[in-house]
Amino acid sequence: MTEATATERTLVLEAHEISKRFGEREALKRVSLEAARGELVAIIGPNGAGKTTLLSILAGIQRADGGSVSRPPGEIGWVPQQAAVYSKLTVAENLRLFARLEKRPDVEETVERMLAQTGLEQRRDDPVSQLSGGNKQRVNIAIGLLSAPDVLLLDEPSAALDPRQRERLWEFIRELAARGTTVIYSTHNVHEVERHAGQVVVLADGELLFAGTPRELEQIAGATDLDFEEAFVAFLRQRGH
Amino acid sequence: MRWLLLKDLQILRRSPLLVALLVLYPIVIAVLIGFAISRGPEKPRVAFLNEVPPSASVLELNGQKIDVSQYGKEIFSRIDPVPVQSEQEAIDKVKSGDVLGALIIPADLTQKLQAGTGPANVRVYYNAEDPVKARFVQDTIKSEVQDANTALTKQFTKIALTYLDLISKGGNISIFGKSFSVLGLAKAEAIVNAAQAGLPPNDPLRAQLGQVANFARLARDNLDLSNGVLAAVGTPIRADAKIINGGTTPLDAFAVAIAVTVSLMFVTLLLASGILALEREENAFLRLVRGLVSRTGLLIEKMGLAALCAIVVSLVMLAGIALFVSLEWGRFPLWLVALVFGGLGFGALGVAIGGITREVRAASLLAFMLALPMAFLALVPSGAVSSGLYNVIRVVSALFPFKPTLDALNSALNRSGSIGLPLLHLAILTVAFGVIARLSLRRFA
Repeated sequence: MTEATATERTLVLEAHEISKRFGEREALKRVSLEAARGELVAIIGPNGAGKTTLLSILAGIQRADGGSVSRPPGEIGWVPQQAAVYSKLTVAENLRLFARLEKRPDVEETVERMLAQTGLEQRRDDPVSQLSGGNKQRVNIAIGLLSAPDVLLLDEPSAALDPRQRERLWEFIRELAARGTTVIYSTHNVHEVERHAGQVVVLADGELLFAGTPRELEQIAGATDLDFEEAFVAFLRQRGH
Repeated sequence: MRWLLLKDLQILRRSPLLVALLVLYPIVIAVLIGFAISRGPEKPRVAFLNEVPPSASVLELNGQKIDVSQYGKEIFSRIDPVPVQSEQEAIDKVKSGDVLGALIIPADLTQKLQAGTGPANVRVYYNAEDPVKARFVQDTIKSEVQDANTALTKQFTKIALTYLDLISKGGNISIFGKSFSVLGLAKAEAIVNAAQAGLPPNDPLRAQLGQVANFARLARDNLDLSNGVLAAVGTPIRADAKIINGGTTPLDAFAVAIAVTVSLMFVTLLLASGILALEREENAFLRLVRGLVSRTGLLIEKMGLAALCAIVVSLVMLAGIALFVSLEWGRFPLWLVALVFGGLGFGALGVAIGGITREVRAASLLAFMLALPMAFLALVPSGAVSSGLYNVIRVVSALFPFKPTLDALNSALNRSGSIGLPLLHLAILTVAFGVIARLSLRRFA
């Protein structure tokens, strides 16, 4: 990350030296992270790197053994990897339920806003069980956005989607970021990082290896003639992973 | 929490098959249990004490000898006798549940039978803490005594016929060790006829008329005696039944309590375990407990909803049963209290199952697997199994809400025993299973 970029950024989330241990295994080793308003932050790394653990701690689902997060979990939206919606309820009923549980002041207005934002007005009365994977994920994200959070956490949002659905989802996420929502997401798809991330955070074995732009990662890997995925793998090898 | 409750009700409304299953299954099970409770073990263990000395087991009536010990075989045809040395030992065995009941043959049985002045009594002891068992003991003893009576009645009938023959034709009879000569009606008629024919005003044949008078007196005495004999012919032996523990709830009323408890159990267990596990299957659990609802609040909502639905089903069931069986509607508040405590007890067990299994299908399967043995173990009467096994069964039953719910409902519906203790028991179980459920949520997601 360049110095100029950092000074222009308005930080909305700072995580400082987060540590987490599961028995003997150190899942996160003093990991720090910061994200600016409207920024798309990708967390990548091999399996078991600690991506989901870090997101869970930021979301307040798990407690960190050490470190601090600048925002309370209630101010951060969270979207789990698998759609956390009730399949027997319709799209509107799901949104209405969670809007009520979130204690939104105007439930119906919030529901209508989210239906419009996710483009699901036509499917509002369809049971979620009848939706495609992409639309189900839209409802999943919409629920995470009900409280209009400044920061939204997405755990592998496109994992189960086909290319067309994935593209539509990213369009939606980019629009969110353009409106000022900071989106932090984990993924295994490094092409998505190259295309959609303003900042990439690389974790491996619970250790923070890199935080910066995708281009900076390529430069550090010294692989400018390689595509981003090859550069990422080369970077991991250089760091002994 | 009310929105979560509303959501669960919406989901239930859209699962008609599940709702139908939840309503129909307990009714089917209740009917099956109703059939089952009308049958007891094939040969129940009964403590048996024969106080009649071997030398006195033969009684003599009008010169005919009857060996009463032979009729003991009739009593043993359908019970498994457990010999005891004293009446107290028999009572202790009944109290401990080692035997279903106790049958005591008193030492004076043959004397009373020989005297023929009324039925001879045997003593019966049993526990009536379980009306199913009480009915079973009553039926068994009644049946066995009836069999013995039938056999003895044949002998008494023969004796009664010889008396009638004696009165008609005359002859000798031995009563209380004394021998009497009986004239007989036929000879008496001849004498009286002869006396009437040749009787002058101051007749010297007064002695013969005196014989007639004696016969009349003896005949009257014999008829007095025959009252007792006839009573004995009807029921030579009577059973004096004494209840050691428990009340006198009729079997029909107890069956109502069982049926309602079974319904309450199935509906609450399946719903509570299923709707909690569903939160995980739908991946919504973490989203909910991330500040929207507390984990404890979530458990209370599931327990409450399951209990509420089950209570409604149980009350509908009671209203239906009331068309056929008389129920005391004046005790409705107590019914409700028993149903609420029972529902919460089962609800807590249900959420513990849902929390541990974490999948709807696994939760339903475990709930079924646990529910049936839980119900049947609670219905095993003392004496049907060995004392040690019965104690184990009692402890196991006490760990689950079925038995205390049944006791509470039986008390509320049938005025059987105190309702306070089962309610306290249910409250403790609700807290205990609630804690287990809460702990299980630590690894729920």
